[in-house]
Amino acid sequence: MTNSTDTINIVLKVWRQKGPKVKGKLETIPVNDISTHMSFLEMLDMVNERLTLDGKEPIEFDNDCREGICGMCGAVVNGIAHGPEKAMTLCQLHMRKFSDGDTVVVEPWHARAFKLVKDLIVDRSPLDKIIQAGGFISMAAGGAPDANAIPIPQEIAEKAMDAAACIGCGACVAACPNASAMLFVSAKISQLTLLPQGKPEAAKRALSMLRKMDELSFGNCSNETECEAVCPKEISITNIARFSREFLKASFCSSEK
Amino acid sequence: MQLDAKIPGGPLTEKWDRHRFELKLVNPANKRKCNIIVVGTGLAGSSASASLAELGYNVKTFCIQDSPRRAHSIAAQGGINAAKNYPNDGDSLWRLFYDTIKGGDFRSREANTYRLAQVSDNIIDQCVAQGVPFARDYGGLIENRSFGGAQVSRTFYARGQTGQQLLLGAYSSLSRQIADGKVKMFPRREMMDIVLVNGQARGIVVRNLINGDSESYVADAVILATGGYGNVFYLSTNATSCNVSAAFRAYKKGALFANPCFTQIHPTCIPHSGDYQSKLTLMSESLRNDGRVWVPKNNEDKRHPNDIPESERDYFLERKYPSFGNLAPRDISSRSAKEICDAGNGVGPTGYAVYLDFKEAIERDGIDTIRNKYGNLFDIYENIIDNNPYETPMMIYPASHYTMGGLWVDYNLMSTIPGLFVLGEANFSDHGANRLGASALMQGLADGYFIIPYTIGGYLAGASLKEISADHPAFSEATKEAKAHIKKLLSIKGKRTSDNIHRELGQIMWEYCGMARNKEDLTKAIKMVQDLREEFWENVIVPGSDQDYNLSLQKAGRVADYLEFGELMITDALARKESCGGHFREEYQTEEGEAKRDDENFCHVAAWEYNSHGKAPVFHKEPLAFENVELSQRSYK
Repeated sequence: MTNSTDTINIVLKVWRQKGPKVKGKLETIPVNDISTHMSFLEMLDMVNERLTLDGKEPIEFDNDCREGICGMCGAVVNGIAHGPEKAMTLCQLHMRKFSDGDTVVVEPWHARAFKLVKDLIVDRSPLDKIIQAGGFISMAAGGAPDANAIPIPQEIAEKAMDAAACIGCGACVAACPNASAMLFVSAKISQLTLLPQGKPEAAKRALSMLRKMDELSFGNCSNETECEAVCPKEISITNIARFSREFLKASFCSSEK
Repeated sequence: MQLDAKIPGGPLTEKWDRHRFELKLVNPANKRKCNIIVVGTGLAGSSASASLAELGYNVKTFCIQDSPRRAHSIAAQGGINAAKNYPNDGDSLWRLFYDTIKGGDFRSREANTYRLAQVSDNIIDQCVAQGVPFARDYGGLIENRSFGGAQVSRTFYARGQTGQQLLLGAYSSLSRQIADGKVKMFPRREMMDIVLVNGQARGIVVRNLINGDSESYVADAVILATGGYGNVFYLSTNATSCNVSAAFRAYKKGALFANPCFTQIHPTCIPHSGDYQSKLTLMSESLRNDGRVWVPKNNEDKRHPNDIPESERDYFLERKYPSFGNLAPRDISSRSAKEICDAGNGVGPTGYAVYLDFKEAIERDGIDTIRNKYGNLFDIYENIIDNNPYETPMMIYPASHYTMGGLWVDYNLMSTIPGLFVLGEANFSDHGANRLGASALMQGLADGYFIIPYTIGGYLAGASLKEISADHPAFSEATKEAKAHIKKLLSIKGKRTSDNIHRELGQIMWEYCGMARNKEDLTKAIKMVQDLREEFWENVIVPGSDQDYNLSLQKAGRVADYLEFGELMITDALARKESCGGHFREEYQTEEGEAKRDDENFCHVAAWEYNSHGKAPVFHKEPLAFENVELSQRSYK
């Protein structure tokens, strides 16, 4: 068991930008006496507490559940979206993964489609707009058949669940050299296409979600696989392959435009 | 004020059918002219927004996060109950109803709880049709599990992410309505006040969190689905932005607040480790199916847990509750852990933790079986605590998790303010003094998909609503007040951050109004909260401006409300001179140390009315009548 008094000192280089229209820069903040049991966000809380008491403006960053499921937090830490640990959101990263004397660079998601709001906060509403373009099954409350009316093979249900685990954090977009949202889009397409309930709209969904992604200035996929590497929920790029098949089917074999 | 729950007549099993027939309908052409505001996009808010838009209403939906998909319903792990009886193991609608009433220690309404069980099956159908990937067996049918000590398997789940999948289902329906233009979505808005015109809820004033602007929105009815107040304890399993503010502003405008002292403490959370800590992480209760809870018998024992022999361990839950053992209900397990730690037998760096040991289960079932069942939970634990639970026992401790209390609503889910409806955890309606595991998700979706779409029509069809615009003086008045409040917070420029003050409030509430309460402590705590509130308004420091994104300012506003709400919660705990469910008053216990209800004097809902600044709230009583179930004493011995 590690000692509860373990502390380290680091030098934080953090992106500061008042708003979308002003220039930003990396600010250097030496941070001492960090308990290694702190999470990364708790370290930022502590920095903010100190900045506030010194009469300075705290670093703004998005966060909410702090248990890796809401998808609200995220920043690029030392060049990696959500930081160095695999399969983990920023809020789950702990300071024991850093060493005394480290320099830690923290930047917001950089992507053409995500406009900066302030400091580490970006506007990820384009992801919501993609879902609005077709990431649903058209059904209204009240008319559903019995839940067991259509059996779904366990393997299919599990695959759908793998894809459905996406938390919409946007790390895949931030990590992609083309700032593409293909992993995000394909995860939703996969979930809904694998399930029998989602099949009737499959073609329409594939076409309209991809079109929306292009329209919102996300880039294209060139199989860099950076998205999969940073995804905190380990969403697989096989979903992108499935999406591509769906897209081809929809383009050539359906009457959808 | 005479509280009328508007419970329909007739036999329990026919009340909801009868009510749906008796409710007036709004004709389709008129629905198009009705505007409804929904605040919050958790399970209740998202499902209500989507369902009302599907019916043809114009909906405006607001949330504080950047996207409606982030609401804290997303973090629910275990599952959702329904009375489908798929496993053929003896469940029924009546049993789900009875378990819920009994689990709530007979402090909820029969009619509401029965209706909840009635619509539970529809929820599962609805979610499957939306594409929620529930766990399935090899034949392709849905799998169920027993959860939270239930004797039947009625819990539907999607791995350990049931809340996420249900919320994303509701979010997808909401997204479809946004695309259709039937819902207009306003993210990153915080409700500052609710606006009443002629005594009816007619709109809200919100703060745009990006640029600080005040915005006014007019509607024919307002729905609050803003969640619970567990963060009054500062450390809880809630998300950091969960707050009581919207509900509390409604309370200040005349909506009664019911049973605020009914809070649920979850027994299996990762313990508190240091002053920097910002939240407590829940470990699914399912761990108690295989883990054994113990502490060293000798409270001086500082040996590594693996070095402590069997004979020197106290498996206190198994000792005290031989028939339920480690599966004793949440409140009992939590309180037992607190008692044993208060007695000095706790473990870990703070002494406030107990072991949850899987050694025996691993020896019995093999490490692979345990890894399959709990692997992801063990990983979460190891990441946070830096300790391998396959080798050393886990450490757990109770944490604030859910709040049964909330704004008082009638059978139609309408508060005491006409036109103000309250759904999900934000209302008080269905769980009494204690909520069963896997029932929060059920209630949120029941309210949103299958209750409010009917009951709001009944209100809108019968209400006389004058045409108004956002220029109405009631809106400018509310805006002025909200702005003054913010200006004041920024102007104090003291020496303590609102987080720091919130932490102290949390400690007071946890210590004196947490798992066990008594008159002396509660009386002391009221004064402490009042003093802290005074200090807040003299000594808080809020950095930055009100013209751009400023999380510190948002937090300060929420802490200001918690500092008032905390007092209300203590007041309620003082007034309820009995123990029931999550509310344990030390003065009222049996000889064996169990909660002792007082059905003669406290079989009621305590609803509190705001009574101008600085004055004690006014108490109102809604008596609870039990015509279909017999009040019994819980026993888990």
